[in-house]
Parts: sequence; C-alpha cells; structure tokens
Amino acid sequence: MRVNTKSLLAAGAVAIVATLGLASCAGADSGSEGEASASGTLTVWVDAERVDALQGAADAYTEKTGVKVDLIGKDNADIKDDFIQQVPTGKGPDITMGAHDWLGELSTNGVVAPLELGDSAADYLPVAIDASTYEGTVYMLPYAVENIAVLRNADLVAEAPTSFDDMIAKGKAAGLAQPFVVEQGAEGNPYHLYPFQTAFGAPVFGSNAEGYDPTDLQLGNAGGEQFATWLGSQGKNGTGVFNTDVDGDIAKQAFLDGTAAFWLTGPWNVGAAVDAGINVAVDPTPSPTADPAQPFAGVKGFFISAESKNKVAANDFLVNYLGSEDTQLSLFEAGNVLPANAAAAESASSDPIIEGFAAAGADAVPMPAIPAMGAVWQYWGIAEADIINGADPVTTWQKLASDVQAAIG
Amino acid sequence: MSTTTEAAATAGDPTTGGTGGKPPTRRQRQAAGIADAASVGIKVLLVKILGLGIIDALAIFGIIILLGASQWLVAAIVAAVAILVNWIYFSRRKLPAKYLTPGVIFLVVFQVFVLVYTGYIAFTNYGTGHNGSKEQAVSSLMASSLERVEDSATYPVTVVDRGGELGLLLTDPDGDALVGTATSPLEPVDAEFDGSKAVEADGWTTLSFAEVLARTDEITALAVPFSDDPNDGAVRTPDGSSAYLYVSALEYDEAAGTMTDLETGTVYSDIGTGAFTSEDGEELLPGWQIVIGFDNFVRAVTDERLAGPLLYVTLWTFAFALISVASTFFLGLFLAIVFNDMRMRGRKFYRVLIILPYAIPSFLSALVWAGMMNESFGFINQVLLGGASVPWLTDPWLAKVSVLTVNLWLGFPYMFLVCMGALQSIPDDILEAAKVDGARPWAVFRLIKLPLLLVSVAPLLIASFAFNFNNFNTIYMLTDGGPRDSNAPIPVGFTDILITMVYKVAFTGQTRDYGLASAYSILIFIIVAVISIIAFRRTKSLEELN
Repeated sequence: MRVNTKSLLAAGAVAIVATLGLASCAGADSGSEGEASASGTLTVWVDAERVDALQGAADAYTEKTGVKVDLIGKDNADIKDDFIQQVPTGKGPDITMGAHDWLGELSTNGVVAPLELGDSAADYLPVAIDASTYEGTVYMLPYAVENIAVLRNADLVAEAPTSFDDMIAKGKAAGLAQPFVVEQGAEGNPYHLYPFQTAFGAPVFGSNAEGYDPTDLQLGNAGGEQFATWLGSQGKNGTGVFNTDVDGDIAKQAFLDGTAAFWLTGPWNVGAAVDAGINVAVDPTPSPTADPAQPFAGVKGFFISAESKNKVAANDFLVNYLGSEDTQLSLFEAGNVLPANAAAAESASSDPIIEGFAAAGADAVPMPAIPAMGAVWQYWGIAEADIINGADPVTTWQKLASDVQAAIG
Repeated sequence: MSTTTEAAATAGDPTTGGTGGKPPTRRQRQAAGIADAASVGIKVLLVKILGLGIIDALAIFGIIILLGASQWLVAAIVAAVAILVNWIYFSRRKLPAKYLTPGVIFLVVFQVFVLVYTGYIAFTNYGTGHNGSKEQAVSSLMASSLERVEDSATYPVTVVDRGGELGLLLTDPDGDALVGTATSPLEPVDAEFDGSKAVEADGWTTLSFAEVLARTDEITALAVPFSDDPNDGAVRTPDGSSAYLYVSALEYDEAAGTMTDLETGTVYSDIGTGAFTSEDGEELLPGWQIVIGFDNFVRAVTDERLAGPLLYVTLWTFAFALISVASTFFLGLFLAIVFNDMRMRGRKFYRVLIILPYAIPSFLSALVWAGMMNESFGFINQVLLGGASVPWLTDPWLAKVSVLTVNLWLGFPYMFLVCMGALQSIPDDILEAAKVDGARPWAVFRLIKLPLLLVSVAPLLIASFAFNFNNFNTIYMLTDGGPRDSNAPIPVGFTDILITMVYKVAFTGQTRDYGLASAYSILIFIIVAVISIIAFRRTKSLEELN
C-alpha cells in the first residue's frame, strides 16, 4: 500500500474529471443553455455586450405577462454558428439576437421561423424592414440600425466637408499629413469603401420586388470601373489617401492621437473617441462625385427559432413588445444604438451623435443577405487592396466581376 | 491495490518458500486475501472510499441532469462507466485495470469519440442547407412558403375553445365577429365586444394568455379555412392576438414524398440527395442531412478549383513543418548546450528568459508579431529599420520567411527544455572517456552527444512535425494564409498550409461544408499518421545504440 495511496488518489482525480467532463458536456447542451420547453420561459440568446441593455425590457415583459424571459449572453462571433447547429437538435433558444446579413444562411438552413409584423411593419424605418425581409418573407424583428459615417475631430476641422476632395483639403489646411483614415488591411475592407463605390453608381446587386437579385450583378458596370480608377488614383501610386497597412487599430490610434481629423467608421468606435476627450462630430461620408455616398446599413434584430416550442409567446414578445416605440427607446437609452422603430429613432436623434449617424444612414442600403454575397466578399477586398497598391484598376476590377460571376454560377 | 502485488510476489517468489511454483489453492488464496485486508491501512481504505464516493456522487448528479434532459444514451453511458469504475477499484485483482482505466476513459472521451464522429460526418452531407432532419426541412419549407394574401386585413383575434377543440374568434374590418376551427371555415357568430374586438362568443370559452401559451403547439399549427374554397387560404395567428390570412405556395404530398410549387406547378421530389429537387435539377433549400458515402472524399481529391493550388500548398506545408522542426530543434539544442556549461554565470536567469516565449499564449504572440511586421506602421520597419518599407507579410517569399521566423521564436523554448533534460541525462563518464581518448569537442558532440540525445528526443521531433504540419494558429493569426494568390480560383494565399486551405475551402463565405471539412481532415490525418509511423520505425534503430 505504500506506493498506492498516491496512485489511487491520482486515479480518483482523473476519474472525477472524466465523469465531470462527460456529464458537463451533455449537461451544458441542455441544462444550462436552456431547452426550448413549453413552460412559459423564453430563452433568448443575446450578444453578451447587450445583456444589460435588454435586461430591463425582459423584466418588464415578465411583469406584464408572466412569461419568464431568460437572457443568455453569448459571444457575438459564436451565435450564428451555434444557432445553426443547435436548433435542429431541439436544444437551441427560442429567440436569438443577430444581424440581418445572417438571414440567407439561417433561412437556407431552415432554422428561422417567419415573423408576421402585421400593420406594425409601417412603424419601422424602411431600411430596417428591407433588411429583415428575405425572399419576400420577414424573418427578423429589427432592433437597431447601424451604418458607418465620418467622425470628425471638430477641434481640428470646425466645418463639415462638402466633398471628398474638400475633406482632404480642409484636413491639409489644418496641417495634417494624413487627415483621413479608414480601416483597411492586407485583404482590403470593401465594407468601409462601399460608400465611395456607390457614389460612382456601382451597387453590388440590382434589386427587384423581392430584394436583391443575385442574377443581376452590377459590380462590374461602368461606374465600377470609374470607382476602381479613382481608388487607384487615391492609392499607393497616387495621393496615398488609402493604405492597406492601415488596419482598424492603426486608424483608431491616428484619430485618437489627433494625427487624423476624419475617421470613416461605425458607431461602435464613438465611445473610444469620446473617452479620449475628442470633440467628435459625425458627418455623412463626403462623396467623391455629385451623387450621394451610400454606406451599407447593418440591421440588428431578433430571430425566432424554427424549432421553438414557445412560438406564440416568442411572437408576442418580439412583435407586440420589443418592437414598440417605448421599448425601443428604452433599449436605445441602455445601448446607445439608433432604434429601428421610426418614432423611437426620431426621439433618439436629439442626441447629436445619433443624429449624425442617422443622417449619414438616410441614404444607406441594407447589406445584401443573399448567399451569393458570400462569393462577393471572397474576391472583393483583395481586388480593392490590389488596386490601392498599384494594380491596373480597370483590369483588376473586371477580373473581380468575372470571378464573382463565375463563383455565383 | 499493492496487496495483490505483494501476494503475487510472495506466491511467485521461490526464495521465500511459499508455494514453490505451484498455483495457490483456494484456501491459500482466501488466507492471503484476509491477510491483505488486515494489512491495508485504514487511511488508505478511507481515501479509496472517499474518492470513489465523490466519483459516484458526481456520476449520480450527472445522470439526474441527463435524465431530466432526456439524454438516455449519455445517461446510460455515464452509469455504465461509473459502475465499471466501482467494480474495478473495489475488486482485489484487476491491478492493470486500476492503472489503465483513467487513461482509457480520457482516451475514449477526447480522442476516440472525436475521431469516430469526424469519420461519421465525413460520410454525410452535413453543411449549409443540409442541417437537420427531413421532418424539420419539410416543416421549415412549409412555414416559409406561407404568403400573406396581399392587401388582406389584420384581424384582431381571440383564441377560444369548445370541448377541447380550438377555434379563432375574429373581428373583421366591418366590426363583425367570425369564428372557425381547423375543420370548419369561418362563419358569423354572436359575440360580446370589448371595444371593437370580439372577446367572447356563445358556446365558446375564451382562453387567457397563459392558457394560450400552454397550448402553443396547437395554436401554431391551427389554420382556420377562410371559406369553403381552399384557394382562399387560411387564417393563422402567430401571437394569439392578431390573425392574418395566408395562402401556401407549396404543397407537401407525404405519400409521394414530393413538394409541389402551387404557382408554377413544378414538382420537387426526394431523389436521395438530401433535398427536394425538380426535374431540371433545381433544389429547394433547406434540405436535410443524409449519409452520402465517399462523395466528400471524391470531391476532396477531384475538386478542379484545388488542382492548381494543392501542389504548392502541399509542398509549402512539408517545407514549413520540416524547417520549423529543424530550426527550433537546432536553436534549442545550441542554447541548451551553451547554458549547460557550468562556467556560465547567471544561467538560471537566462533560462527563464529563454522559456518566456513558451509561456506567452501563441495566439497572442502571433497577433503581436503581425502588428510588429506591418509594412508601414510596424515596430520592425519603423523603429528597428528606421522607417524602411520591408513587406514582411505581404511579399510571397518574405511572408514565408516571416512565418518561419515567428514559428521559430514560438517553438525553440520547447526544444530548449527538452534538449536540456536529455543532455543532463547523458552520463558524464562517457563524455570523460571520450575526452581521455582524445576526441575533440565537435567529435564528442557529433558522435556521442547527438546520437544519445536523439534516442530520447526523436519521438518528440516526430510529434513536433505532426503539430507543425497542422499548425493552424500561427498561420491563421499571423498572415491568415496571405498574401492572397489572386490568380487562384479559391481564396488561398502563399503561406497557407493544408489545414488552413481546407478551412478556407470548406468554410467559404456563408457556406459551411462540415462533411467536406471532415473528409479533408481525415485525409490529412492519414498523411500525418503514415509519416509518423515510418519515422517511428526508423527511430527504433536509434534505440539500439543503448
């Protein structure tokens, strides 16, 4: 026995861990994550950063109807894939928070249930309803609308620029070598360049009554070539305004340090700029042409699981409660995002920052959720990065269009 | 426990007299058992009972949770394992099992299960569009095929019940009350109104919101025909308070297993591909998950998009793995020899410094390196090279060098530790004998130290090769495979290794093809396994040195 006390202890410990492992693997799926049961409890997956913002609304709904709302904070990056994997097993949530551009994937996988907004559809911003609709059916309750805009350091440049060239000129007049920054990266960042592309009249897809039409690729039209030429002229071999070495962190640092007066980014970065003591003003993206620069709108919202056993309560919670002006306004106050409900958006716009983003988003178009968009993302950024770094703009752009067309099939 | 060993040793040892080689009789064994039991320390017994008690308690706790979640199979497995563990550790014999059980349990949970599951997935079409069961696909298709009749009204609705049969009490735009059930179409009824909404009808019981929630399944399925003509559609209520008129665009014929598009008349049938498919090959998605045999493997090796990139990615993968192993090993070995020299001062301090890269999570350090190597803003170009513009991560060749350098930085501390241990285990007398024989230091190293070192280190080198062959983290975090090869038809880059390329092929854009990804990972597993087996065979010859 002399030797074996230790080995027995070790063996015991190992076995405990193994048993725990087995039990918790199986347990975690069903127990703690919450099963879709019909017990009058709604399980809602929420971006962990927004749990606090939603908790008040959830509690108020419980008080009103007696239905318990169980908010589970999850890492935003995992929600989509987890939802797709867990719904078919019956162990997913009743409702999940998500972004509208997941819709194509969620719908193709059959994990979301259609949502009937009824007459309340008219209460939302049109862009939010467009974004929530896929192949003619609404699947998402819109909650917040996000789009990019230009943050301006008002201490450096007091007036809003009237055009892209005016912006650069104003920045240079303020004595800055690189007055405008936008997040790129070795593989480009088409999302942040899209306003400029639309200013040249080159959306990705044309639209029809049901939304974006995957058979009508507009990317490679004449406007697209003009955009590519312009992008090349602002790249490495031109003015150098765009630089693929500038990633999100570098752009942010340049703005916070005051070496850049203009930063094309989204509402998620406003907090950092305000905290750094910068006098931030929000302007629409200055257009390089006479046409408006339309950014992509990203709409956040809630989906109902196709396998939910509480569909009636889930529909009631979303359509009749979360969508209402009062709730959306209280969500805005807790989360500082532009509400999708039009009346709430109007009230929220008394905040100058929100108003700035709302104004910049007035021309915004929903980011396409159709699966064909996946093929576009795959080639888009790298082509733009090549053009910025001096590749022949028109040929590169035409190759992009033909690659995308071939991938869509 | 060791009681049995001692008994066996005593019984089998002729010098102690004992049974003199003959197997012990039953009485002798009983006697040995009683003697053993008497010799077992009470503390040990307590520890044993306590340990098993904790395990059993946890197992029972797990089983209760699992049963609550209707996980019958997993609950049965946990129960079986718990019983097995008790039986093994309470038994007097089973000494080998006592040592092997914990390891085997871990092996099964963390290796065998994962392998078998991956293998199974490789033979299915699991991925985007083939996510659940056929039943779920049908119900999802039917749900999304419901189209609200254009310009139809929103009907305020009250859910009512008559003798267990659910009905919908509607108020139409003219303010009249209508009632209907799943089988009988809407017809006018006398009702009481609350404001402009009919809330109670003769002969029907009105359900409260809580009752509505309790009967969610029935209400979700409830479709009240608008009239006798089925083409007028049916009224449904998603939330129990408003109802809308829908027509379905699809019809499912369960007997024939076909979906018919009611607008175009196209018939989609189940042709065994995991989705309803029309005659001209158009698929209705979502489909469902089925076993498709070797299709994924065939696709993996015949995919035309891969034909070009596959060759250079494979070559680079081998180069990356081999150079990484060689560079980390030789740098680690060199440092180990240097720091093994007794004449060096402050060796402990240096050793700690050297091990530091090993202590930083590789995810983090790869990202930090990516920042330092940024062409315009990175620390290396800006500070160390005084504003030079070296494309560390964006030039195809330089990016490969950068990846190897970072991997060397990440990997050499491990080799340093391993070589240090192995060097210290080489007996000094051999080295002294060599010196006495007049061997020069290089000869001592080449002919004595290195071969002896390799005996113990070679298996680790093979493991390191296998690790680097699939070193997803470093590549993904540092360059994400870039710079991109813009001529390739898939988004592959010049530093992509097989595993990162597979990731890009199977998970491009919005498509998640788990079946294909599993097939690839099995193919990669086979490559690594074959190389490792061959290498292990060859290292056996090294062992003969001893």
